[in-house]
Amino acid sequence: MTFDRRRFLQTSLGSAAAIGAAGLLPAWARPASMGNMGLPALSGTDFGLTVSKFPVRINGRKTMATGVNGTVPAPLIRFREDTPIRLNVHNDLNVDTSIHWHGLLVPFHMDGVPGVSFPGIKPKSSFTYEFSAPQNGTYWYHSHSGLQEQVGHYGPIIIDPKGTDPVAYDREYVLVLGDWTYTDPHHLFARLKKNAESLNFNQSTVSNPKGLTGMWGAMRMSPNDLADVTGETYTYVINGHATADNFNMVFKPGERVRLRIINAAAMTLFNVRMPGLPMTVVQADGLNVRPVETDEFQMGVAETYDVIVQPTEAKPFAFVAESIDRSGQVVATLGPRPGMRAAEPRIRAVPVLTMKDMGMDHSAMGGMSRMDHAGMDKAGPDTGAMSGAMDHAAMGHGDMTSGPDPFGPTVQLPRVEADLTTGPGVVNVAAMPVSRLDEPGIGLDTVPHRTLTYADLRSLDPNPDMRVPAREVVVHLTSNMERYMWSFDGVKFSEITKPITFMEGERVRMTLVNDTMMPHPIHLHGMFFDLVNGGGNHRPRKHTVVVKPGEKLSTDISADHVGDWAFHCHLMYHMHAGMMQVVSVLPNPMMRRNDPVDAAMARQSTEDAP
Amino acid sequence: MSVLSVRGVAFTILGVSALVAPLSAHAQNADAAEPDKLWSMADRYWGEAVMAEARDDLLAENGDMKTSMLMFDRLEWQDTGGDGTLLWDFQGWYGGDINKLYIKSEGEVSLEDDEIEDAEVQALWSRAVAPFWDVQAGIRYDLEPKGRTHAVLGIQGLAPYWFEVDTAAFLSTDGDLSARIEAEYDLRFSQRLVLQPRIEANLSAQDIRDIGVGAGLSSIEPGVRLRYEIRRTFAPYIGVEWQKQFGNTADFTRADGGDADNIVGVIGLRTWF
Repeated sequence: MTFDRRRFLQTSLGSAAAIGAAGLLPAWARPASMGNMGLPALSGTDFGLTVSKFPVRINGRKTMATGVNGTVPAPLIRFREDTPIRLNVHNDLNVDTSIHWHGLLVPFHMDGVPGVSFPGIKPKSSFTYEFSAPQNGTYWYHSHSGLQEQVGHYGPIIIDPKGTDPVAYDREYVLVLGDWTYTDPHHLFARLKKNAESLNFNQSTVSNPKGLTGMWGAMRMSPNDLADVTGETYTYVINGHATADNFNMVFKPGERVRLRIINAAAMTLFNVRMPGLPMTVVQADGLNVRPVETDEFQMGVAETYDVIVQPTEAKPFAFVAESIDRSGQVVATLGPRPGMRAAEPRIRAVPVLTMKDMGMDHSAMGGMSRMDHAGMDKAGPDTGAMSGAMDHAAMGHGDMTSGPDPFGPTVQLPRVEADLTTGPGVVNVAAMPVSRLDEPGIGLDTVPHRTLTYADLRSLDPNPDMRVPAREVVVHLTSNMERYMWSFDGVKFSEITKPITFMEGERVRMTLVNDTMMPHPIHLHGMFFDLVNGGGNHRPRKHTVVVKPGEKLSTDISADHVGDWAFHCHLMYHMHAGMMQVVSVLPNPMMRRNDPVDAAMARQSTEDAP
Repeated sequence: MSVLSVRGVAFTILGVSALVAPLSAHAQNADAAEPDKLWSMADRYWGEAVMAEARDDLLAENGDMKTSMLMFDRLEWQDTGGDGTLLWDFQGWYGGDINKLYIKSEGEVSLEDDEIEDAEVQALWSRAVAPFWDVQAGIRYDLEPKGRTHAVLGIQGLAPYWFEVDTAAFLSTDGDLSARIEAEYDLRFSQRLVLQPRIEANLSAQDIRDIGVGAGLSSIEPGVRLRYEIRRTFAPYIGVEWQKQFGNTADFTRADGGDADNIVGVIGLRTWF
């Protein structure tokens, strides 16, 4: 590359701007221009974490954060699979705090949800988490108290495999995506309650009237309602760096660079792409997947994706995270030299919702009718010998995956149909929800390059549990946008009369029906969703699954870990409004003997309990 | 005085305790579930009492947050001749998703005569009964003219095609029945420039001579206001309004030397917190 004086100047300015933001950052979150040449292979078994309020500089502007060890994001915690670790958390705030280990299969009383798994960490007191994680990969951690996650209380976790890593790479970076606001999050939430559309600066107008008339106007629903909280108040960040701060990474041409991407935003789904550089997805939600090459994917809040990129040309590439409503974006740089700045692409045109997003797409009737065919698949997913053939079938007939349950069991499941409460909190019940697993997400269906869909994901390892679920639990995602009410089955968390119950050892199908106009990243603590996506015995297993508007999506769950587990939408203000439940996995007396969790519980309850 | 006690006092004044019963329905449910609790497996690790407290906090925090709002829909000067007239029209509320306390007030001050011409304040219990509709009940007190008190029953909400509607019937302590219908629509020319057609109609079941109101449709006030949202919460506007009285109301006004048919220009501010 020839020397470009203008670029040099930009680079220098970029570095200068970055110093303010990066001065206090841990090494992994610093740009290459601040000496980060890749991730240090840190590991340990004892970690000291202090939660406090401290000033930070985001996008050149001074602001107050609540976070861990004085940085936004919080420190990278890296340890080895199956190794016992201790995390001593001191709360230096004047209010309660907590840390939840997102996606980690820990004993439920170490899961970190105040009121469900423990009492929370009181002001000026400490709490020690102790566990070993039976898994490896990219995860993250965050507060489950108040709205602290919005103001900086989140950080990455890497769990190194105890064996060899099937993913080969020469260099790695962690990219923690966030949506920063300089406004008090409680104030933001109150503002949404007062006027849920007041942060949307893409409303219907005289010249763009869709939504004012017809079905949309009659139902008082907006086709422009893509995000509740937008770039109007958010500054989108990567490792605490806005675009101007230029989080820059370096590579040597030909190197395989592993990017561990974590969406730690409070409310923002991101479209992630690297123009001119194909990305090979190797891991989703911490579990390895069969490598799949793509150019762009949409990332729900709390999801993680690891991708491998292998740039051969010695030039800077942009890493772009664009908010789903296209009200803003953040760009980082992967370049051959520290401090380089890639050109920022323009924000693309804003997509518009359709009747399908309302769960009323009549053209999708074909998809509905395939429900009947699902039962014709005589190869139950538990017959391992047949699963290869099933995968083959799925590849050959891509449209099979658009049926709600192409690999469902041969017999009709006993179904616990949601006891759906309608009333002021529920505007719409999707009349014809359909599977949208083979769609990339709102706004990505028309881009001129490859996109990733849930239907593309295949677990690298065979699924550990291939039993046919014995029953199906249906949960509706419900809302009234006008009143900013969000709930499961029409009942806010504050008004539930019972939790969802699973029996220990049970294999259960959870079907999520999205009656709202928004995609919801639904997170279940303590268990993975085995996504029913036509993957045979290589289904992706996820801790967070995005349910698109008007979609009906099924997951199978092995209720292995006794305890009370939080279950909620990971859009923080949706949870705060009541889109939350508890899943109680009740001890099964028939299988108490050989269960290590039970053994731990029994020991704890007799010896350690206060 | 705290907002909570405002609500408490208001409910007592309104004497709608029977209507408030649904408020405590959840508490009763929770009590009923208390022997088993909603979930309790962590109790044995950390203790029953601390977990009970944390559980209650968590439930309240995720779904039961209370909010308040103060909306000055119209805070304007009307060119009614001479020094003109100042008008206020605001609504404030406090509460949860289903039950809210509303305070509404509107009134006019004549700058020409330097006196308050009309002023009223309403305290209402508002209950969401459908996704877009609240039923409201309470009292209205007229500060000017005279000190009349009314019982109020109304419906407020969002009609299909995005029309904001606020209607109420008023029964005064003298036994006079009247009603008011207000409807507004936001027509956006851009993300900040909004034309708001608005109409208000007043009806009365009988002549009320001493306040100059005649039976039937007494008046309508259609108008348009063009506002610019410097922020969504702060929007100055200009507009024009037709103030038209009918029947006996018009006669009473003319008999008192007033004008029963006016077109006035307005300039004002729409703001909310």
